[in-house]
Amino acid sequence: MTARTESAFAFSPRRVAAMMLRYWYLMRSSWPRLVELVYWPTVQMITWGFLQYYIMQNAGFFARAGGTFIGAVLLWDILFRGQLGFSVSFLEEMWARNIGNLMMSPLRPFEFIAALMVMSIVRLSIGVIPVTLLALAFFGFNLYGLGLALVAFFVNLMLTSWAVGIFVSGLVLRNGLGAENLAWSIMFLFMPLTCVYYPVATLPVWLQPVAWMLPPTYVFEGMRALLIQKVFHPDLMLDALALNAVLFAGGVFAFLKLLGSARRHVSLMQTGE
Amino acid sequence: MPKTATLPAPSSAICQGAPPYALLCRGLILPLLTPTERATCARVMPASPPIAVERLVKIYKTIPAVDGISFTLAPGSITGLLGGNGAGKTTTIATIMGLVTPTSGRVTVLGADMPRQRYRVLQRMNFESPYVEMPMRLTIRQNLTVFGMLYGVPDLAQRIEELGEELDLSDLLDRPTGRLSAGQKTRVSLAKSLINSPELLLLDEPTASLDPDTADWVRAHLERYRRERNATVLLASHNMAEVERLCERVIIMKKGRIEDDDTPARLLARYGRRTLEEVFLDIARGRGEQQEAAQ
Repeated sequence: MTARTESAFAFSPRRVAAMMLRYWYLMRSSWPRLVELVYWPTVQMITWGFLQYYIMQNAGFFARAGGTFIGAVLLWDILFRGQLGFSVSFLEEMWARNIGNLMMSPLRPFEFIAALMVMSIVRLSIGVIPVTLLALAFFGFNLYGLGLALVAFFVNLMLTSWAVGIFVSGLVLRNGLGAENLAWSIMFLFMPLTCVYYPVATLPVWLQPVAWMLPPTYVFEGMRALLIQKVFHPDLMLDALALNAVLFAGGVFAFLKLLGSARRHVSLMQTGE
Repeated sequence: MPKTATLPAPSSAICQGAPPYALLCRGLILPLLTPTERATCARVMPASPPIAVERLVKIYKTIPAVDGISFTLAPGSITGLLGGNGAGKTTTIATIMGLVTPTSGRVTVLGADMPRQRYRVLQRMNFESPYVEMPMRLTIRQNLTVFGMLYGVPDLAQRIEELGEELDLSDLLDRPTGRLSAGQKTRVSLAKSLINSPELLLLDEPTASLDPDTADWVRAHLERYRRERNATVLLASHNMAEVERLCERVIIMKKGRIEDDDTPARLLARYGRRTLEEVFLDIARGRGEQQEAAQ
């Protein structure tokens, strides 16, 4: 065995594949888990879609701003479902009382995180792709019409969702399932501050710097600029990417610190409340 | 009566599965050997013991769960770790597994400092504990496949079939783990703990919730596994008959400390008892200390 393979930073695609296989087996064995992935994004998109339809018929500005609500809903779902996809896969280990088995196996923290990241994309794809097709069929909103801008939006939103997912997983690892609710609700803290449905200028002046510290704010501003003014701002996406790099590094750092703390406080053996 | 003991390895454990060189390799003889002989020694007698615990302390908030214990296990031995609830057995085992960071002291496993160097050795060890479970929705085969991949087991499909036969799970391999009886689940956990053919096996109550026949069968399997692979086994149990049958050495813990550490026969003789259960009760109720004080 070489020093590299013995290191905590070694990376084995086989072990990542093992974890992905584990989540794939789980999803395949449970149809309610699959339905849950599609159900809520569909309900949300339809509700906001009809609201947008109503406003478009009654307000001149919103008639020009066609699709911003549906676009915001779909991009918000990428952010929210991306984090949830990450966190729920992690929570499955806690619910199954399997975390001790994994922590005692040669699986490295970075491999675990990588598998959770890939699974969040898989879960997101299952949940959101059908909804984007419904948005096209019901409201004529083509998310894929955003072209390369969509790729930039997607990458930035996913990075934020992973950073938050990694941090929350660390909290659950350290504090047990008592911290589970954070996994479901923490992203809603971002909702008012990242200005999903309204421009940053709507916020009080003192709160605007806080909003600009959050990468998704740049994505939602960028989306509105693209849909309303038909202008794509690559500078906004680069700023978001830089902030995401800091946020992601912070999430990983916090996860490793919380894992170390869990080892000191024997939390890895006590996965209850 | 020794409070903290570091016993020499029972010679029977050393001899099992090892050629006579193994005995030569001990102590001062080693420097006198030729390089070839030393290489042979390194193969049959690893330089570091499978487990070495030195002055281990683990304090939760202000309560010492483990309070300065030391012991060393010999290769190929089965050692029982006994103690009442809250004696510190599970914390000791969790620290050996690298799941818990000691407050002070040192634990080395197969030569690696735990938990700092755990990735050097995790592939060579495994464990079974009632504190963890296998994912219920996955079938036995799926669970073993996932863990086999995590441990890098070669010829995994064949290994799963082998374990299925050895642990009488062949007909159940494609059944979800959650639909098994308690005894079957215990055997699945055992199969997971053996998937990588570990050199070091840590078992926490391996026969809990098994009927006497199945429990006896599992014990026989563990004995055979230890003999065939020369594996080292540390076993925490409340079943005294099990410990008496399987273990050549027993460490008894109370309130985070080692109360006694010896072979079952010597413990019985020292306490003047017929069974380990009586010895355990003497220690748990402090009769050993009263006896010592009287003497």
